[in-house]
Amino acid sequence: MSGTLLLQQAINGLTLGAVYTLIALSFSLVMGILGILNLAIAELFMIGGYVGFTLIIAGAPLPVALLAGMLAAAALSLVIEKIGYEPLRNAPLITPMLSTLGFSIILQNLATNLWGSDPLQLPGDMLATRIALGEVSIGAMQLLVIGAAIVMVAALAFVIRYTTLGRALRAVAENRDVARLLGVRADRILLIAFLLSGLLAGAAGVLISLHYAAITPYIGVETGLKAIAVMVVGGVTRTWGALLAGPLIGLAEVATVAYGGSQIRDFVVYGLMILILLVRPQGLLGGARSDQGPRV
Amino acid sequence: MISTYHAALLADSGILMLGALSVYIILATGQLSLGNAGFMGIGAYLASYLTVEAGLPLTLALVLSALAAGMVGIVIGFPALRLRGIYLAMATLGFGEMVRSFFLNFEPMGGAGGFSGMVHVSVGYIWLWAGGILVLVTLLERSRLWLEIRATHDDETAASLVGLNTTATKIGAFGFGAAVAAVAGGLFAHHHVYIEPANFGFDRSIELVLAVILGGSTVAPGALVGAVLLVLLPETLRFLADWRLAAFGTLLVLVLLVRRQGILDRGLFRALTFRRQAS
Amino acid sequence: MSTMPAPLLSLVDVTRTFGGVQALSGVSLDVAAGRITGVIGPNGAGKTTLFNVITGAYTPTAGEIYLDGARLTGLKPYQIARAGIARTFQNIRLFSSMSVWEHLLVAQRHDGSVFGRLLPAGLARSKAGREAEKALVFFGLEKVRDRPARELPYGTQRKVEMARALTANPRLLLLDEPIAGMSHEEADELRHLLMRLRADGLTILLIEHDMTFVMNLCDRIHVLDFGRQIAHGTPEAVRTDPAVLDAYLGADT
Repeated sequence: MSGTLLLQQAINGLTLGAVYTLIALSFSLVMGILGILNLAIAELFMIGGYVGFTLIIAGAPLPVALLAGMLAAAALSLVIEKIGYEPLRNAPLITPMLSTLGFSIILQNLATNLWGSDPLQLPGDMLATRIALGEVSIGAMQLLVIGAAIVMVAALAFVIRYTTLGRALRAVAENRDVARLLGVRADRILLIAFLLSGLLAGAAGVLISLHYAAITPYIGVETGLKAIAVMVVGGVTRTWGALLAGPLIGLAEVATVAYGGSQIRDFVVYGLMILILLVRPQGLLGGARSDQGPRV
Repeated sequence: MISTYHAALLADSGILMLGALSVYIILATGQLSLGNAGFMGIGAYLASYLTVEAGLPLTLALVLSALAAGMVGIVIGFPALRLRGIYLAMATLGFGEMVRSFFLNFEPMGGAGGFSGMVHVSVGYIWLWAGGILVLVTLLERSRLWLEIRATHDDETAASLVGLNTTATKIGAFGFGAAVAAVAGGLFAHHHVYIEPANFGFDRSIELVLAVILGGSTVAPGALVGAVLLVLLPETLRFLADWRLAAFGTLLVLVLLVRRQGILDRGLFRALTFRRQAS
Repeated sequence: MSTMPAPLLSLVDVTRTFGGVQALSGVSLDVAAGRITGVIGPNGAGKTTLFNVITGAYTPTAGEIYLDGARLTGLKPYQIARAGIARTFQNIRLFSSMSVWEHLLVAQRHDGSVFGRLLPAGLARSKAGREAEKALVFFGLEKVRDRPARELPYGTQRKVEMARALTANPRLLLLDEPIAGMSHEEADELRHLLMRLRADGLTILLIEHDMTFVMNLCDRIHVLDFGRQIAHGTPEAVRTDPAVLDAYLGADT
């Protein structure tokens, strides 16, 4: 494989990785604070993508479409928290996880009925702009995806680290009872975690559909599972870990496709995830131990 | 005589129930596996190879596949000891995806194109296995061994401090669960007479867990209730046409909200079987 | 005073540190066979850590533990339990899905074949069934036999936990604050039960904050403070030991 092509592939890997990072953070906001896998995130991401896509096709400017996708996913995320999670907060972890699965089935059915099961395509001219960098060229859309992802991760990291809200989020993640004693209203914080998680998933959905220039109702599941792997590799509670792990897995995928055949890539990605869980459960960058999860 | 349509539903429930039991057995020790479709896939491919390529009778092929998958389960069980709760669940999810990805690349058994050539098996034969294993597990639930399993589930530390080897219990459960999943997989292959890696993905693993939780995760027959429900529900919702799945999802959430322990629990099971309190 | 029986449990210079903090430092003590030995000390003195080290929940950082001459150090908790040490917990740990009766079956040693373990548990005429029945009667739990243990009143739960420990047929019973949360009557009843167990030859090591209870029951007492043993001896000797008075006055008890 030529060096140019390799570099081109690397850029693709980075773009994919940027989207993985966003979804991984979406998972980890709920997971880090509540200890549950919100399986509906995969479909929030898909719905966000469709909403953004529809607006773009209708001629809305990109930022509007992105914002609309984010808001739609966030609104759904709040509904899921209220109906699917809150009444089950004291049940074994498996129960709220399956109720989020119920929502994911509903959302996927909804998308199939609203938009059909065939892929929607973006008009070709929208993505034609490419910026040449020596021998490789980077699509304007790719640049946008990577840039938007970085901005959002930075914003999230800022919120978590430096704001009162962030401190409250961390306190609830650490110990819900102690947080309550400190005067943090845990139920409101959980809603906010779902809200932020939805915003990120929605953004990722719009961005990845721009990257592929197409979207189907089934885009959520595969990408969602990968994002879980990214979350684990980066460390469940590490914001910056996901920023490192996303591109890493994106690149690893592109590299295995280039050198080992396209089908082996999932084997490598999940193998890496299991390895991290076993030898470095706190994720690549360290931090809180993640092998002492609550009981199922 | 039952129609082909009903026979197919009956066969599907039997296979799903076995898969659900495989999750149930592991869950009984407090471990959630989201990768049992992987064990099912191993059983399906191995049993198919043994009947189609090696010419073995199906029963023998199923037994051998169960033993092999059981050993894989034990091997998986060891590293799983290091992980708890949702982290274990994610690791098993990864295992399941790795198995699927392995068969996708395993050209000798067809790779992505799938594998066929199995001889179709009757619904009666499927239920001989399904019923037999269900009865076996139900009886086992009254044994001393199952008390040890429940102790491990309830409080692992306390269990080890009263002298129970919880490590052996947890690994054993993985082995047993994997073996049962392999039987389910072998039967699946010989019922559908065609298998492909996508049959044994994350969706399948989740379906097995769903059957257990809906049916009731504290008694083995809960797997039966859950499996029948999951197979029949989409059929009875057929009149909703395009909105069938959404209705199914809504029902799922509703059941979890109003009866989180699943439809069948220990109390209801006792009442149904007219059994006095455990003795 | 008569000659001391041979020690059943011996701790030799046992130290346990957690990230630089010494929870136990150089504790040596002998628990005499057939006696009731008490461990007292202010909060944070290392009493529960001592139990956790003996039962294998923590391995000692240094030092050795022997049960009747056999080395226990480094064994897994279940192996130590099988060697003959049973315990109860300060914050009761019962099995949440089990009835009282099931608690009395699950801890019994099962030396039979693998197939024996597959048979229904606790049939009335089996050995396990008879043992469980005996423990049920001893602790007066007949009326709550089939109730889920975790739904019972606090004092009764303590009894179930103790009964569970005893059905393992231990040589040494460790009790971590056995009368915490019990009414005065319940505590008194328990004291008599423990004295009956001693009369039957069981060795007991207990942690307790209630001084009257400890002084009235124990044959020997060991006093811990900041992870060190500061005194040991008969209740009378310990009561008047200046180091003990110091530790307790300092810790406002």
